[in-house]
Amino acid sequence: MDIQIALLLAQDGIVNGAIYALLALALVLVFAVTRVIFIPQGEFLAFGALTLASFQAAKVPGTLWLLIGMGIAISIIELASSSRLRGGRRRLTFALGWNLAYPAVLAAIVLLAKPGDWPLVLQVVLALALVVPLGPMIYRLVYQPLASASVLVLLIVSVAVHLALVGLGLLFFGAEGSRTPAFSEASFSLGDVTITGQTLWVIGASLLLIVGLYLFFERSLWGKALRATAINRVGAQLMGISTTQAGKLCFLLAAAIGAMSGILVAPITTIYYDTGFLVGLKGFVAAIVGGMVSYPLAAAGAILVGLLESFSSFWASAFKEVIVFTLIIPVLLWRSMTTRHVEEEEE
Amino acid sequence: MSPRVLSGILLVLLMAGPLVLPEFHITLLNYIGLYALVALGLVLLTGVGGLTSFGQAAFVGLGAYTTGYLTTAEELPAVLSWFGASPWLTLVAGLLVTLAVAGILGLLTLRLSGHYLPLGTLAWGMSLYFLFGNVSFLGGHTGMTGIPPLSLFGFELRDGRRLYYLIWLILLVAVWMTQNLLDSREGRAIRALKGGGIMAEAMGVDTARSKMVIFLVAAAFAAISGWLYAHMQRFVNPTPFGLHIGIEYLFMAVIGGAGHVWGALVGAGLITVLKQWLQDLLPRVFGASGNFEIIVFGLLMIFVFHRARDGLWPLLARVVPVKRSARAVPSGQPLARRAHPAVGTRLLEVRDAVKKFGGLVANNQMSLEVHAGEILALIGPNGAGKSTLFNLVTGVDPPTSGEVHFLGDRVDGRSSREIARRGMSRTFQHVRLLPAMSVLENVAIGAHQRGSAGVAAAAVHGERGEEARLLAEAARQIERVGLVDAMFDAAGNLALGQQRIVEIARALASDPSLLLLDEPAAGLRYLEKETLAELLRKLRDEGMGILLVEHDMDFVMGLADRVVVMEFGEKIAEGLPEEVQSNPAVIEAYLGGVE
Amino acid sequence: MDAPILAVDELCVAYGKVEALHHVSLTVRAGEIVTVIGPNGAGKTTLLSAIMGVLPRSSGSVAFLGVEQGDVEVERMVALGMTLVPEKRELFGDMSVEDNLLLGAFMRRRLGHRDEQQTMAEVFGIFPRLKERRGQRAGTLSGGERQMLAVGRALMAKPRLLMLDEPSLGLAPLIVREIFHVIGNLRKTGVAILLVEQNARAALRIADVGYVLETGEVAMSGSSEELEGNPRIVESYLGLGGKR
Repeated sequence: MDIQIALLLAQDGIVNGAIYALLALALVLVFAVTRVIFIPQGEFLAFGALTLASFQAAKVPGTLWLLIGMGIAISIIELASSSRLRGGRRRLTFALGWNLAYPAVLAAIVLLAKPGDWPLVLQVVLALALVVPLGPMIYRLVYQPLASASVLVLLIVSVAVHLALVGLGLLFFGAEGSRTPAFSEASFSLGDVTITGQTLWVIGASLLLIVGLYLFFERSLWGKALRATAINRVGAQLMGISTTQAGKLCFLLAAAIGAMSGILVAPITTIYYDTGFLVGLKGFVAAIVGGMVSYPLAAAGAILVGLLESFSSFWASAFKEVIVFTLIIPVLLWRSMTTRHVEEEEE
Repeated sequence: MSPRVLSGILLVLLMAGPLVLPEFHITLLNYIGLYALVALGLVLLTGVGGLTSFGQAAFVGLGAYTTGYLTTAEELPAVLSWFGASPWLTLVAGLLVTLAVAGILGLLTLRLSGHYLPLGTLAWGMSLYFLFGNVSFLGGHTGMTGIPPLSLFGFELRDGRRLYYLIWLILLVAVWMTQNLLDSREGRAIRALKGGGIMAEAMGVDTARSKMVIFLVAAAFAAISGWLYAHMQRFVNPTPFGLHIGIEYLFMAVIGGAGHVWGALVGAGLITVLKQWLQDLLPRVFGASGNFEIIVFGLLMIFVFHRARDGLWPLLARVVPVKRSARAVPSGQPLARRAHPAVGTRLLEVRDAVKKFGGLVANNQMSLEVHAGEILALIGPNGAGKSTLFNLVTGVDPPTSGEVHFLGDRVDGRSSREIARRGMSRTFQHVRLLPAMSVLENVAIGAHQRGSAGVAAAAVHGERGEEARLLAEAARQIERVGLVDAMFDAAGNLALGQQRIVEIARALASDPSLLLLDEPAAGLRYLEKETLAELLRKLRDEGMGILLVEHDMDFVMGLADRVVVMEFGEKIAEGLPEEVQSNPAVIEAYLGGVE
Repeated sequence: MDAPILAVDELCVAYGKVEALHHVSLTVRAGEIVTVIGPNGAGKTTLLSAIMGVLPRSSGSVAFLGVEQGDVEVERMVALGMTLVPEKRELFGDMSVEDNLLLGAFMRRRLGHRDEQQTMAEVFGIFPRLKERRGQRAGTLSGGERQMLAVGRALMAKPRLLMLDEPSLGLAPLIVREIFHVIGNLRKTGVAILLVEQNARAALRIADVGYVLETGEVAMSGSSEELEGNPRIVESYLGLGGKR
């Protein structure tokens, strides 16, 4: 291996690592606030990329039907429960607006406005508008009724959600993969190594998202409220920070991060309906490096996973996945050595 | 209908199956049997033990690939060659490989808190799957063909009909052994894992060992299933051992009812049949081919967790007209008792114990002694550090500095399990009973360290003599504290006061020399307090030492021989109850905050 | 006569099948300090949690500001003007004192009020120590400062009813005196206070009305003078075995 190949592999590793970092941050966020280990995180990546690809192929993405379907399901549930709770009417209007009217408007745009002819930026915006609301909707339908369940139950349910979404992904987008055009065709030479514009896009956008998240958590009231919920759920509840609202907000952020990563990475890698899972799991390995609580450690872990993957694909490509997933074993070992007194008296 | 009659009928139906059913149904039933065996392991692991694995399919793969490799390889290395002689030997080999891998993975992950284990299983489930597909001597993604059929006494189990009996025999034996295991001393320890870890350790249960036991048993069941699968298919490739199948196994256990051994069978049956049906139906509905059944499985799982958290078996069991037989109070020879020190012997000595949490000093230079045949009360305002001291003495937390001696040996820094074994037993301020288990079984956990029968003996019920003695001891202690009428009630259904008494019975079942009670009178009514005081006096008169943390002054003053008063983590007074009561520092501590 | 701020009627709470509160009734009026005293395990914390909506009630009713609160959610009670300072304080340990206080005004901000800086200045007026420590992480505060922060954070919501669960827990007498002094003075601001305490003497000293909770039931109630004079109370809660 010469220095040029090493640089090439490093570039690859860092690009993938940036994506894993985004997913890892989303996973840490969701876990810290809701205790949900969000296995379906990767599905948002696939949904984001494939929805965009559908627009470009002038097809109607199946995610639209999913949005409409979940909206109807939530509306039915809200209607049934609105009679019980005080202040129900305002809440109901709000819920019906988001769950019926919003999908209807999007459906009209997608079906009538021919987004296939739009410029890329608008297509991206529309894809995000379609995929991101699925996050809070999933929270509402699946996790909100289980708010008091144990981490373990939430994890198993997450796996169930993942299965259902992968199955739906296959139904919506078929077994064939898609690639989207690059955001930028430019490329730069750095010594012997060529850096493509898309690479810079991925890295730049990831950094921007990370900085944005940092500012959100440090400066805004809702960001602080989410941190407070993560630090002390009971305390946050007593301040009037609704666990449900915090949960929905987290899922919104997670879905947005997932869909964004998908859209960023789709010009580099072919995305299949089930690509998300593997990518998401690698984000997981990174999140576990961070102990599911530390954002900087998770991001560092992500870069490590990315580099490990790209270098092992050079040396032992058949065992690339084995190597990446086996990384978790020494990490867990290290955690078990450093974690003293483990006793979760969780009911 | 009695359970015996019902299971007899089912058994006859099962036996008659191959005689009347068409080939297709036999195959389906064979698969159900194989899957149920894996799901059974998960019932033990997840439903009972509270540990979750998504990676069981990988263990099935280890069982299948081991036999596949050993029975088909052209040239085996010399050390392995004798394994190739018979598939029955490769079963042993497969079990050894699986147990070794599971042992290593267990060592790495079982110590970690709840969600790390399942995440770990996701990762190694993935990694083993990719390994199967990428190792050339295992046939890569195309797999291995030409695996010989099993033979039994020279009789080849070549087709599904013949293999059927072997599969179901193995499954039923596994179910029987699992049930036996759960209904034993080891089984109670296993059942305590979920939500009772600290308590179990304090009763002398090695919870790490119990976790490992169920993890290995579940892996072994999976490996046996894989071995049977390989010899049924006569061919293996990586596909059936992937992560998604591992997830399916977990679904079977959860949907069937993860807390019940028969739930495994119900879940495996349901998922297998449903999958068969959906794989046929859905592609026609959607007009495309693919594994669309996972959508239904996913939604079904979510539904089960929303509406029937315990799975289908409990619902089914309610419908089946089975009469439960009445329970008799157990009887048996008394257990051997430990040699208790003479009255007046120093049992416990705490010397200059300091405990810091970060910058907070919870205990500062605390010293006290408890002798056999006396009741020492430790009192002080809420937040004075009494519970912290309790945890130092019982080994839940090690002291930052200072020493704890019990019966002459230094015990600080030792685990609560070791300390419990030496003859110290405790109750908890926040009652830690297993609410679904009967009072009798809860108390029997206290006697855990007085039995010795292992997992193997329990699985074949070869330890019934010892078990009877343990239960009889538990029953005796329940009688002693006056709760005979509630012996077979679920502990969670008792009033709080009674639950505290059950905790005392459980502590007594370990035959302690020193009894530590953390606020035993909290929440008790006046008469209940009187009864409790009487019991404690009796125990003292029998020579037991008692350390009592209490808030209720009346209760303490009438009962204790000596009193130690704590405030802000320090001892502010010590002496006879009357002396302490008139001590100005104590009055200030209790009336503190007002001029 | 005004409707009471809080009226609890025949409240029952059960954990599974075990009943922790048994037909408890109590009333808190505007500007009043009401204390609930009783031994550990009597159900005092359960009572506050059930009023706040943290725990589900099995029967009975809770009326706040004259309106019965049926199927309550905690956020709604906060929005209506009820706050609870829990026994464990439940501070946001990794966040600064200032951020903790700011989050105390979370619901007011959401309801459109923008006066949190002014309220914070008032809180700093009450607890000058918090002002000195405003940039420090809450997790590094001493026990007394934590309790001040917990109370201050609750005051940030400008509550109509302030519920305090054992504010004296684990605090040195001097600090307890200070905290109780502050609680006593809060009466002037018009907030009604429901104070749960095991330090019965300190609590009765500042309270107008007291309830004695034993094994989940109200064993006795009356004005604090009456209770302070009651021989059984003196024996069980005020003196040490009746001796002074």
